[in-house]
Amino acid sequence: MRILVVEDDKDVAGFIVKGLKEAGHVVEHTDNGRDGLFLAASENFDAIVLDRMLPGGIDGLRLLETLRGQNNNTPVLILSALAQVEERVRGLKAGSDDYLTKPFAFAELLARVEALARRGKGEGPTTKLVAGDLEMDLLSRGVKRAGQKIDLQPREFRLLEYLMRHVGQVVTRTMLLEGVWDYHFDPQTNVIDVHVSRLRQKVDKPFPTPLIHTIRNAGYMLRAEQP
Amino acid sequence: MSPPRLLAAAAAGAGARPPNGRPVGRTWRRRFSAAVLPRRLLRSASVRFGILYAGIFGISALALAVFLWWSTAGLLDRQTDAAINADVQGLSERYTEGGLLALEETIEQRLAGNVDDDALYLLADPGLRRMAGNLEHWPARMPLDFAWDELAIERAGIRGMARVRQFQLAGGFHLLVGRDVEVRRQMARLLTDALLWSAGVMLVLGTVGAVAVRGLFRLTLADVSATAAAISAGDLTRRVRVSGHGDEFDLLAETINDMLDRIGRLMDGVRQVSNSIAHDLRTPITRARVRLEDAATHAQNETDLRAAIERAVTDLDGVVAVFQALLRIAEIEAGARRSAFAPFDLAPVLLDLADLYGAVAEERGQRLAVDIAPAVPAIGDRDMIQQAVANLLDNALKFTPEGGVIQLSATAEPSQGVHIVVADQGPGIPEADRTRATERFFRGESARSTPGSGLGLTLVQAVVTLHGGWLRLEDNHPGLRAEMRIAARGRFEGPPSVKASS
Repeated sequence: MRILVVEDDKDVAGFIVKGLKEAGHVVEHTDNGRDGLFLAASENFDAIVLDRMLPGGIDGLRLLETLRGQNNNTPVLILSALAQVEERVRGLKAGSDDYLTKPFAFAELLARVEALARRGKGEGPTTKLVAGDLEMDLLSRGVKRAGQKIDLQPREFRLLEYLMRHVGQVVTRTMLLEGVWDYHFDPQTNVIDVHVSRLRQKVDKPFPTPLIHTIRNAGYMLRAEQP
Repeated sequence: MSPPRLLAAAAAGAGARPPNGRPVGRTWRRRFSAAVLPRRLLRSASVRFGILYAGIFGISALALAVFLWWSTAGLLDRQTDAAINADVQGLSERYTEGGLLALEETIEQRLAGNVDDDALYLLADPGLRRMAGNLEHWPARMPLDFAWDELAIERAGIRGMARVRQFQLAGGFHLLVGRDVEVRRQMARLLTDALLWSAGVMLVLGTVGAVAVRGLFRLTLADVSATAAAISAGDLTRRVRVSGHGDEFDLLAETINDMLDRIGRLMDGVRQVSNSIAHDLRTPITRARVRLEDAATHAQNETDLRAAIERAVTDLDGVVAVFQALLRIAEIEAGARRSAFAPFDLAPVLLDLADLYGAVAEERGQRLAVDIAPAVPAIGDRDMIQQAVANLLDNALKFTPEGGVIQLSATAEPSQGVHIVVADQGPGIPEADRTRATERFFRGESARSTPGSGLGLTLVQAVVTLHGGWLRLEDNHPGLRAEMRIAARGRFEGPPSVKASS
């Protein structure tokens, strides 16, 4: 996927660009808002990683607002040291699709950028999710694996739905907390691990091959076939 | 729109501010007033108020004097003129009806009937010789073509002033009707003198008043100013004096003092936080540093090196988490988010949390007993309350032994507000430590061996304070019973006098 990185800190930018390239993406980088806006408006990207405080007169929010003003809906992830709730709200209001605060773990950034880029592809509203032999009917709220019905609690259903919507992608614990529980803080306890483990008991344990995989230092991934 | 134009639009938006940020209107006003009055004097608000006072006082006094004059001396003059006019009218009618003889007779009658002895009549023939009336002769200085005049007269040896009207009768006869106004003249003079005197007194009183107003302002504001100056200089203990009259100045002083108290508390908080950061963040940072240095010098192979780096990253993540918690607490304590308060039902929020933590409790062989009222209407910030309850549950799960029961209950009473209780069966907090348990980085003896930053209860305390409630830590026999109260309908009260009781 083509990803634009607008970040003025050399070390951070170098680290992000290297990491994204290693993950198989094509990356463009610029260190100021002026060039960032030019590139974002003139070329097609699958996602943009945008710092907020940029040199050159155009900061991240202005860049984003101008871009959205032109009906450019490229998914944007803001990466900023401004971490307060109000700043996050400002970023989201300006039109960003996600907001990650510095310092960050690269795995978190990669997972979120890939999720955004995928979402940007815009598959219409679906009624059925499929991953390997696992099927989820969103209308009847029924789940089947290899033709066998699986009973899930409402929250387990939403957790599995989130994993299936991001099939083949890494989802971090924070993403699950935000996406499934709508929580915007990190609990001290390993709550997510417990819930994923419960889900595994129902979805993976009775079957020969596991679908939900733990990705070390990152999170989880629902994947149909073994790598 | 092409990208260059787009850039220009963005740049134009960015540069909307004038290059020189000084407001224009203010400079102009300063120049203007400098031309009228000495700048230094006008800059003083007390002088301005004094001048305003004197001005208002003077204008109202002048208005009073004008009205007094108009309603006394002026009224008398107008009455005299009206009487003369009526006389002239009556006499001329008599003349038209009955001729010269009837006129003379009427004049005699009127003179006889004049009780105040102030009426003046003179009827003269075309040669200005007296025919009737109480004046000896036609006034020498009286021209024939004037209708109204005031003249000095002498009657029975007394000199006086008279206001007269001359009227030409058919046949060349002249009629002079007047009133002796000497008494009134004297009264008017007296009145004028009195008004002039009072104008002088007014000027003095106005000036004295203005000076007094200015002095009063100076006196009252001097204390505020001195206090502010002392605080700027670093003496945070100074407060504005409250006179005890309960007036506006007292109100101002109290408001300022409240503000200073709050600033003081915030300053204490900042000092406490910086001290805590100095002490409590040093430990994990030191650990990370030691790991990295140790790995750099002693690692035998790449695997060791990687493992050491990963552990150091984990340590640094811990430091970042502590920083984020500190910032979040500071953000909540600053109270800026209170504007985002909204009414919402807390019951589903708590049930969600119970669902999230219930699974964890089960995993650990504990039981989460939930007792939540069907509807718990609350007003506040949903995310904050969620996080506060999550912190309490985190603690409860962490400290309760296997097989223990954790209780989460919530009730809402319209008059009492919302009560949320999280009770565990862990070691609890000794009574002596309870008041300090919500301080930043405070960790009780029993908590030293468990992971945690010592910020969980601080955040809970900050959240309930922002919501006008309180947090009470009690003994659960055994364990800790944490009771959170949030004010209903956004009513804010102070915390109860005893924060921690057993």
